[in-house]
Amino acid sequence: MFYREAGDFKTTYQEDSQTFPIKFDRWRYWAVLAVAYLFIPFVINDYWASAVFIPFLIYSIAAIGLNILTGYCGQVSLGTGGFMAVGAFACYKLMTAFPDVNIIFHIIISGGVTAAVGAAFGLPSLRIKGFYLAVATLAAQFFLVWLFNKVAWFYNYSASGQINAPERFVGNVAVTGPNADAWAKYLICLVFLTVCALIARNLTRGAIGRTWMAIRDMDIAAEIIGVNPLRAKLMAFAVSSFFIGVSGAMFFAIYLGAVEVGEAFGIQKSFLVLFMIIIGGLGSIFGSFAGAAFLVILPVALKLVGVDLLGFPTDLVSHFQLVIIGALIMFFLIKEPHGLAQLWRLAKEKLRLWPFPY
Amino acid sequence: MNAEPDTYVTADGRTIGGVLMDLRNITLRFGGVEAIKDISFGIREGEIRAIIGPNGAGKSSMLNVISGFYIPQEGEVYFRGERRPQLKPYQVARQGIARTFQNIALFEGMSVLDNIMTGRLNHMKSGFLKQMIWKGAAEREETENREHVERVIDFLQIQAIRKTPVGRLPYGLKKRVELARALAADPSLLLLDEPMAGMNVEEKEDMSRFILDVNDEFGTTIALIEHDMGVVMDLSDSVVVMDYGRKIGDGTPDEIRNNQEVIDAYLGVSHD
Repeated sequence: MFYREAGDFKTTYQEDSQTFPIKFDRWRYWAVLAVAYLFIPFVINDYWASAVFIPFLIYSIAAIGLNILTGYCGQVSLGTGGFMAVGAFACYKLMTAFPDVNIIFHIIISGGVTAAVGAAFGLPSLRIKGFYLAVATLAAQFFLVWLFNKVAWFYNYSASGQINAPERFVGNVAVTGPNADAWAKYLICLVFLTVCALIARNLTRGAIGRTWMAIRDMDIAAEIIGVNPLRAKLMAFAVSSFFIGVSGAMFFAIYLGAVEVGEAFGIQKSFLVLFMIIIGGLGSIFGSFAGAAFLVILPVALKLVGVDLLGFPTDLVSHFQLVIIGALIMFFLIKEPHGLAQLWRLAKEKLRLWPFPY
Repeated sequence: MNAEPDTYVTADGRTIGGVLMDLRNITLRFGGVEAIKDISFGIREGEIRAIIGPNGAGKSSMLNVISGFYIPQEGEVYFRGERRPQLKPYQVARQGIARTFQNIALFEGMSVLDNIMTGRLNHMKSGFLKQMIWKGAAEREETENREHVERVIDFLQIQAIRKTPVGRLPYGLKKRVELARALAADPSLLLLDEPMAGMNVEEKEDMSRFILDVNDEFGTTIALIEHDMGVVMDLSDSVVVMDYGRKIGDGTPDEIRNNQEVIDAYLGVSHD
């Protein structure tokens, strides 16, 4: 079974524009899904769920969201942490105000709330571009964190200023709160990620995606072919914020359980997600996965190797981690601006000719 | 519609209709500079209209007025016999006016196919939800538009580079892809800003052939700016000549060739 397209003839335009044009890729895709749904839930334990899988799944959603805005539409945003906080607090308010409604709806509505907030903060994008827009979204980041700290209504006047996720069920399985099982949390995150990734792929492959990419590559030319720039940019902001809001809600409700806004959704979070899409690959759904996986697994791997295997002190290893991430960002920005996704693409192109490249 | 409504048939058998786009007394200023001074001319349905003139004559500004990038301080634009209100460029595009740029304005990060597909954006109507679900309406629409785009690709003979990222293409092909993108929109008026700039003789011949074929097969009205006089005289049905923002000539290529003012503008006048 070789990895190539020879002999795999496409006779319709649908087949030609499918997501995985090579048969091997299609099999691999179904295999990954099968393992993720049918195997991992049965073997997962608390450590692996909370150290790797759940943060990976949730960050992937956030990375897909930011990638739509920055990678596809070309609008740099440093407000990811703030928008995740909007999702988290919207989810908290909904969970406490309507305890009888299923948590799944709460998470989706939190995404909707974040989409509205994101679109509002996207309004300046028509006038300001590039770095200046990044600074404007940075303002959103600080303003939102300040707002959630300052206005006690958002955290239901609790003395600590923290928000805590009450226990909620899907069917009769707890997915939030201290009694939720690892596999239940994993599965709900996985379902959300699968749906989000499908939606993101569908939006970016068709007319809307082309509108965004046209704005990214040359906004004047986009206008001349009939793209309304304000509408396109606001739609990108809204869709992106929806995903980020969903991830924020899940980050709070399912992953952390208790959140202090400045700590969980500070500026570091914005940069973390931005690094994910830079390392993973701008303008690629797969890149969002790759970047999220990389930055989630890196600290765990470093700890395993550095602390457990080599016996270095923990603080040294955690500082070393920052150095590695910094160096990698520089490496990718200079050598491969399209990130891991591009490396993957190149590897696949090589593989098509393997073992006889000439 | 009050300007000469009579239609006529050209020597090679194409029918030229009434005035499609009528520009009346257009004046465009940038601060103290008058880029266009009180110019009027019409573009008839089905014709190839050339706008020529020395550098800095205001030709590109004229095209930018038509496509809505510049708003003239004075004068009116009539399209299909109706006065056009001030429109944004994307609204002009939706009226069926497509254009190419002097310095190529393609989407470098996208493949040739995707670039040309963007030309169909105004014909793709399926809403957000339908695209989100993709299967069904959105996919059907995509396929229909893809078929249309493939016809344009065949027509311009760029099948082989369909999936190549535009950034990797040589200059001449980029120009052709840009023409393809404009054509994919099914425009009723096509504006070409120096479609042959920087090309060698062979590429110019190809491009001229394509322009003639577009006009002939699709009946598209074309307004083009070009510096190569040989090309202009061969291609166009009528020519507007501009110099220093004024119109100094308007007529068939033969009339222009013999117009003293035009000759003076191009060759200079002796001051003895």
